[in-house]
Amino acid sequence: MIDFTLLPDGGLAWLDASGPESHLVLSTRVRLARNLRGRPFPVRSGVAEREAVLDEILSAGEATRPLRAAAVFRLDRLDHDERLQLHERHLVSRELAGLEGDQAVRPAAALLSAGPVGAMVNEEDHLRLQGLVSGLALEAAYREVDRLDTELGQRLPYAFHPEFGYLTSCPTNVGTGLRASVLIHLPGLVLTKEITKVLQGLGQVGLTFRGLYGEGSEVVGNLFQLSNQTTLGRTERELLDHLGKMVRQVIAYEEEARAVLLRDAPSVIEDKVWRAYGLLRHARSLSFEEAMNLLSGVRLGAGTGLIREVGLYALNKLLIHTQPAHLAAQTGLALGDAELPRRRAAYVRGVLAEEAGRRGGGPDAG
Amino acid sequence: MRCERCGEREAVVHLHQVAGGEVTKVHLCVQCAAEQGVAAAETVGKTPLGQLVAALGKASEAGEEAAAEACPACGATLEDFRATGRLGCAECWQAFAGPLRGLLRRLHGATHHRGEQYLAEGFAPADVDARVRELRARLQAAVSEENFELAAELRDRLQELG
Repeated sequence: MIDFTLLPDGGLAWLDASGPESHLVLSTRVRLARNLRGRPFPVRSGVAEREAVLDEILSAGEATRPLRAAAVFRLDRLDHDERLQLHERHLVSRELAGLEGDQAVRPAAALLSAGPVGAMVNEEDHLRLQGLVSGLALEAAYREVDRLDTELGQRLPYAFHPEFGYLTSCPTNVGTGLRASVLIHLPGLVLTKEITKVLQGLGQVGLTFRGLYGEGSEVVGNLFQLSNQTTLGRTERELLDHLGKMVRQVIAYEEEARAVLLRDAPSVIEDKVWRAYGLLRHARSLSFEEAMNLLSGVRLGAGTGLIREVGLYALNKLLIHTQPAHLAAQTGLALGDAELPRRRAAYVRGVLAEEAGRRGGGPDAG
Repeated sequence: MRCERCGEREAVVHLHQVAGGEVTKVHLCVQCAAEQGVAAAETVGKTPLGQLVAALGKASEAGEEAAAEACPACGATLEDFRATGRLGCAECWQAFAGPLRGLLRRLHGATHHRGEQYLAEGFAPADVDARVRELRARLQAAVSEENFELAAELRDRLQELG
């Protein structure tokens, strides 16, 4: 069993909905890819080499302020469900957790996690540093990860090339090694069928989108991760400014779509969000996908002020704890157990009832 | 799996399409994906750089120096890179710098890092004079082969170096 109490807030402080634009943006992440000079990249490393890299990074990490008190998880010593839990918390990638198809977890794959910063070791690159904060806060996320990068870079010899910048295993990450991504909820654009146009537009300005779980994942619950596609030829500031500008544009489009929906089809929207809330309050069995889609409806209701019975923090927590591995760990059931959808529904009912009571709303304010 | 559009070629691009509030998965071959305006580079599953990587080093570009057979440090070859889309070590970047520049231009629209410099102890910044000489030689080659796009970029790099 993973002891998440080792992590302040279980590594979930970013869910607290305290950041800017929290009604639309769940979190902002900035990650930096780094490799150590004089060692083959992890894809070409044997077990001994990978262990040596981990040792070197662990001792360097202990000497830095951001990672001094970090919790260390060796992914290769955790079972499948525990690795999936770390992935569901957005602390490790599918690749590091060994969840990609038939690929097993790799030797000496590890996570160092401390508050808003973390470091994945022996993923595709020796180091993937990340800063993860609440809301739309590119500056803050970058500041966190940059501080860690600077301190680590004084203790570890990074692979850097005067022409190509920070060297990475995959040429899509070289240069700054910086990938910033913003997790944003866009139900208005999906409902007004504008989303495809918006996403295509992002492609034309050098940005890309992914689903909730990052690379290669499905879009669920109208949640999109918007990020920069290129990492070379622009400064860190330029990359962040560009993404920030475009995300604010998308936010404006989403707000406009919501305004149009509330103006032209208020009864349809009202019915949709309350119907989602009603189902979550009373359903006896919920699949993860269904829960995600209904939570999206309720989040839209909360974001537009139609539903006051539930806050964003509770919705964010539900998003994490209704995921398969979290629910399984919490209920003591095995992943795939036929009882899980019933437990999910019971858990959601409990959280929503408590939240409604706490916020002083009745079961139905409408 | 067959491409859903042409029904003939193998589908290698897997996309999420969002329409009418529904997200559907679409499976396309590289050609159909390109025709639909989808960049294969971001979506090809096993070799994320798709066609770009496959073509790497096969057509030499103006101003490029010849690439090494294999990386002297880790032994990886260009063939390995084409197969996996991943380089073996930091030295690979130097060994295959020529073909990689062409790839970087297509991926990032640039070949030169402009972000933060890493100046930790024991890692001297590049010899500027040597870089200027190298860039001048490449610029001359690019001009003589009328690759003006590359030439313009090289000229900008030279200006930045003063």
